Amino acid sequence: MTAADPQTADTATANPGKSPESSKAAQKHVPARARLPLSERLLRTPAVLPLLTFLLLLILWELGTRIFSVPAYVLPAPSRIVLGFESVPVSRWVEHVWATLRVALLGYAVSFVISLPIAVGLAKSRLMSGALYPLLVVIQSVPVVAVAPIIIVVLGTGDAPRVVITFMISFFPLVVSMTTGLAATPPELIELSRSLRAPTFREITQIRLPYATPYIFSGMKISITLSVIGAVVSEFVAAEKGIGYFIQFSTSMFRLPQAWAGLVILVAMSLVLFQLVSLTQRVFFPWSLPKGQK
Amino acid sequence: MSLARNAIHFEGVGQTFLTGTGALTALDGVTFTIAQHEFIAVLGPSGCGKSTLLRLTAGLMKPSAGSVSVFGMPVAEPRDDVGIVFQKPTLLPWANVEDNVVFPVRHKLGRVTAEDRDQARRIIETVGLSGFEKRHPSELSGGMQQRVGIARALFLNPDILLMDEPFSALDALTRDTMGFELLRLWQASPKTVLFITHSIPEAALLADRVLVLSERPGRVIADLPVPASRPRDEKSLSTPEMQDYEAHLRSLLIRKEAA
Repeated sequence: MTAADPQTADTATANPGKSPESSKAAQKHVPARARLPLSERLLRTPAVLPLLTFLLLLILWELGTRIFSVPAYVLPAPSRIVLGFESVPVSRWVEHVWATLRVALLGYAVSFVISLPIAVGLAKSRLMSGALYPLLVVIQSVPVVAVAPIIIVVLGTGDAPRVVITFMISFFPLVVSMTTGLAATPPELIELSRSLRAPTFREITQIRLPYATPYIFSGMKISITLSVIGAVVSEFVAAEKGIGYFIQFSTSMFRLPQAWAGLVILVAMSLVLFQLVSLTQRVFFPWSLPKGQK
Repeated sequence: MSLARNAIHFEGVGQTFLTGTGALTALDGVTFTIAQHEFIAVLGPSGCGKSTLLRLTAGLMKPSAGSVSVFGMPVAEPRDDVGIVFQKPTLLPWANVEDNVVFPVRHKLGRVTAEDRDQARRIIETVGLSGFEKRHPSELSGGMQQRVGIARALFLNPDILLMDEPFSALDALTRDTMGFELLRLWQASPKTVLFITHSIPEAALLADRVLVLSERPGRVIADLPVPASRPRDEKSLSTPEMQDYEAHLRSLLIRKEAA
């Protein structure tokens, strides 16, 4: 209700005849809500307000660049970016998007598959935790952009080096969130498991992993956007396809509106992937959502 | 208790934990015996090792000194005939009531049979949760969640029920209701109960005998039979004997806490 409260206050001022209580009741019953003015109803629809803000920003951006005649290589107007988007055939865009998406998803999958056993080891064994954790922190601290050229030389051209670079950028939040989640199981349930003399395997699959689900998903949400970053970084170093490559190429040709169009596509890609992870959690693991988000 | 078999026996049990700041003695020279089907409440100030007592009986810990035996056998590892109810219900939030109750068998053996499900539904009925089989823990009140916790502990039909302050997180009214519920269950299907609590009225209402532990290191400073007949009801606590009894328990605990 906290998110709805400011809106309730708005209604109270917009409709002086209504008391705040009656407008609160109106939110609960759909027919009563339908009686509100159209503008009010629109404002209450989620995503309308952020969309309006975004539109306003775009208009300001367009006007600003025109009024102050900002050169396109400094900041192209939104209309120029649209033109930049149209100047590249759709089939070419699809090729670039697919190249980046493929590397991002492969790297993400590799991160997940490698992080899970590592996290189980870190959570279950103090020895492994002591031996591995510092190493993981070191890997995480390596500036991947600087290592990327070396990885490309070692692994050649192809997807392999790009997947490795993506993995290096995206795996750490997954390991940390999984380990935290696996260790967050109530100790009573572990005692219950021990009192039943159940095998460790089932302690992990039936208690620890399900309990870690909310943590795993928060890690997955961070990692999915990092995976896109990883794929782009790898394309900056060596690629002949992909959005990252396209942005670099367009910039070197001084085609800034095209580079911006590529950037917009990258943002859209990240957002869609993030929402897909959120949706997976909402559909398959609704109990793991924080209270109030169900 | 016609069958005067010993269910639980502690002989000079001591428990010392190694902590960062040195050794910490939780229990020291604890000796007592619980007969089969006896209901024992353990009362003591916080941090006196009450829960350690329970974990030793459950075989989740080994004593540093002395010995713990259950049905005449030294406790070397967790046993099948012991059920545990924890302070918090600690149910699985993703599983419904029925799945939570059958969890012990799914967890122990990795499979659940149709008979297990029937048994679970019977137990859910005895704890008064019929109709809630498919509900999830988040849809239940605290008292109902703890009923599920009790049903889970009863699922493998244990001879011994260990309860670690099971009602301490509930509001006073629910707490009383749950106490009477527990007595009803215990009378219908007698079990040896080791009930940890820090509530004097609760101990007096439920137990046959109350063990009073001292502050750390926990020692048994009193072992007092409750002067009330069974079955008990709301009025059981208001007899003069019971009021004297409660006053006596209180004086033991307060003296020790002041010392």
